[in-house]
Amino acid sequence: MTRPKGGITGRAWKFGDNVDTDAIIPGKYLVLNSSPDLAEHAFENVRPNFAHQVTKGDIVVAGENFGCGSSREHAPLALKNNVSIVIARSFARIFFRNAINIGLPVVECDTTEIEDGDILHVDLEKGSIYDETRKKEYVITPFPPFIKRIIEAGGLVEYVKSGTQLEKRERRETETELSW
Amino acid sequence: MEQTISEKIFSKSVGRAVKAGDFVEAAIDVAMIHDITGPLAVKTLYEITDRVWDPTKVIMLFDHQVPADSIDAAVNHLELRKFAKRQGILNYDVQEGVCHQVMVEKGHVLPGELVIGADSHTCTYGALGAFATGVGSTDMGVALASGKLWFKVPETLAFDINGRLERRVSAKDLILTIVGDIGINGATYQACEFGGDTVKHMDIANRMTVCNMAIEMGGKTGIIAPDETTATFLEERAIGGDFTLRSDDDAIKIVRRYAATEMVPMVAKPHQVDNVVPVTDVVGQHIDQVFIGSCTNGRYEDLKAAAELLEGETVARGVRLIIIPASRTEYQKALKTGLMDIFTDSGALVEAPCCGPCMGGSFGILGPGEVGLSTSNRNFVGRQGSPAASVYLCSPATAAASAIDGVITDPRSH
Repeated sequence: MTRPKGGITGRAWKFGDNVDTDAIIPGKYLVLNSSPDLAEHAFENVRPNFAHQVTKGDIVVAGENFGCGSSREHAPLALKNNVSIVIARSFARIFFRNAINIGLPVVECDTTEIEDGDILHVDLEKGSIYDETRKKEYVITPFPPFIKRIIEAGGLVEYVKSGTQLEKRERRETETELSW
Repeated sequence: MEQTISEKIFSKSVGRAVKAGDFVEAAIDVAMIHDITGPLAVKTLYEITDRVWDPTKVIMLFDHQVPADSIDAAVNHLELRKFAKRQGILNYDVQEGVCHQVMVEKGHVLPGELVIGADSHTCTYGALGAFATGVGSTDMGVALASGKLWFKVPETLAFDINGRLERRVSAKDLILTIVGDIGINGATYQACEFGGDTVKHMDIANRMTVCNMAIEMGGKTGIIAPDETTATFLEERAIGGDFTLRSDDDAIKIVRRYAATEMVPMVAKPHQVDNVVPVTDVVGQHIDQVFIGSCTNGRYEDLKAAAELLEGETVARGVRLIIIPASRTEYQKALKTGLMDIFTDSGALVEAPCCGPCMGGSFGILGPGEVGLSTSNRNFVGRQGSPAASVYLCSPATAAASAIDGVITDPRSH
């Protein structure tokens, strides 16, 4: 996760509690492996106009337990292409890890009073969200230091590459040509 | 220090005593990838290095789109096959069945091990006393590269279940009762440890059904202390494992108690797994398709429970019954004991081992307005096909009784 200068500003797409990963990206699209391809089908079953109307930088806002269900990393990938950040009261465990790992910002905050279409300004440095439509400020629940280190590294892959915990191996370039 | 089973397993993997709430980097004993989540995991591995940390500790198989049902699926299979060959990884390919069933029945999981799988129902292996949890593809890629992964050691939520389940009330009804009670979010980040004499008397098949659905409460894993049943099951399958693992008396802080004798057949109504009611509340509900199978309920014991009801009966007109054994081994057991004759005589469609309709990405898809009754584990909107379809979840006995009557039926009435 990178921290954009000056924070994130975007339109809120409001969802309820327990948004599951089948709702975020239906099972039939799991054959796709790229963020832009998956993004075309994001929320297709529960909010069919989302993929067409979402614009780069928009913000997904939800209630409790966002991303419950399967371990498919296709879910945060389907969002990452357009969505700048997901704000929820709480996240399901595997979705939360997957989002942090791929660099999709996710933050916990009381979202009860944020409405669909509100313009939000998120300042990750300050740890605050400002709802410009409703003129209301919220405080983001801070991450544990361990998770913060992964975020600061830019995701899990970068964290592992930069650290000493991974035994360094010589990289052979010949085997990295994959069709997905 | 008093520790839970989960804390003991993490302590062993980390090399020092750890407790719930600690962030740790733990050594992985076994890692499993399949056809859906494998491609992204491999991509991540290649961003870090070009070799898996230990090819003997990685298992690959294909089960979600089997045999390949599209060109995209075929390409994923092709690439993974190449990867397995290059890396020297054991790849069961399309031949053995559903990943979680295969991992357990082939002896890849031992009590006391830390196992990860790129699939949320990896928690199933807790039936053998392993700490097994589902991870995403980046986590898996990093683990494939390094043999290690970060974890927050979970608190334990213990379930003490005692008494005998009544006739036609099964492990599935037990876990649906618990999921309904705890809620879809009720065990997030926790290890669900199941115990009590009801669990003690369960065979491994039923223990797998219980642990399988820990994730439906948000649990990080389901786990059952290994015992003689575990040892007997593993005797012919694997060597090793710590069969003495127990949670220390004072280590468990939260215990929920249940009386199995009071449990009845349960059904999860659309569109959430914790929307659980006694079957009697939905008796007579119209159904179009019944699916018996999946990592939750596709074992021989499940098929036998269904066959007891289906013997000499026929599937109701207008209802499709799809039966899919969870593995080749379970398929053969059903074949040799005559269950397949009962199924095909009844008019059921019996398919080769795979995930089938469970994730709605392959076949057995529900159309708009259709109602499915399924022994699998999820019923979210669009899970088995059209977003305008509905899915009810139940036990194999309830599924079989309902297929015969053509509407949701209380299996105790048969």
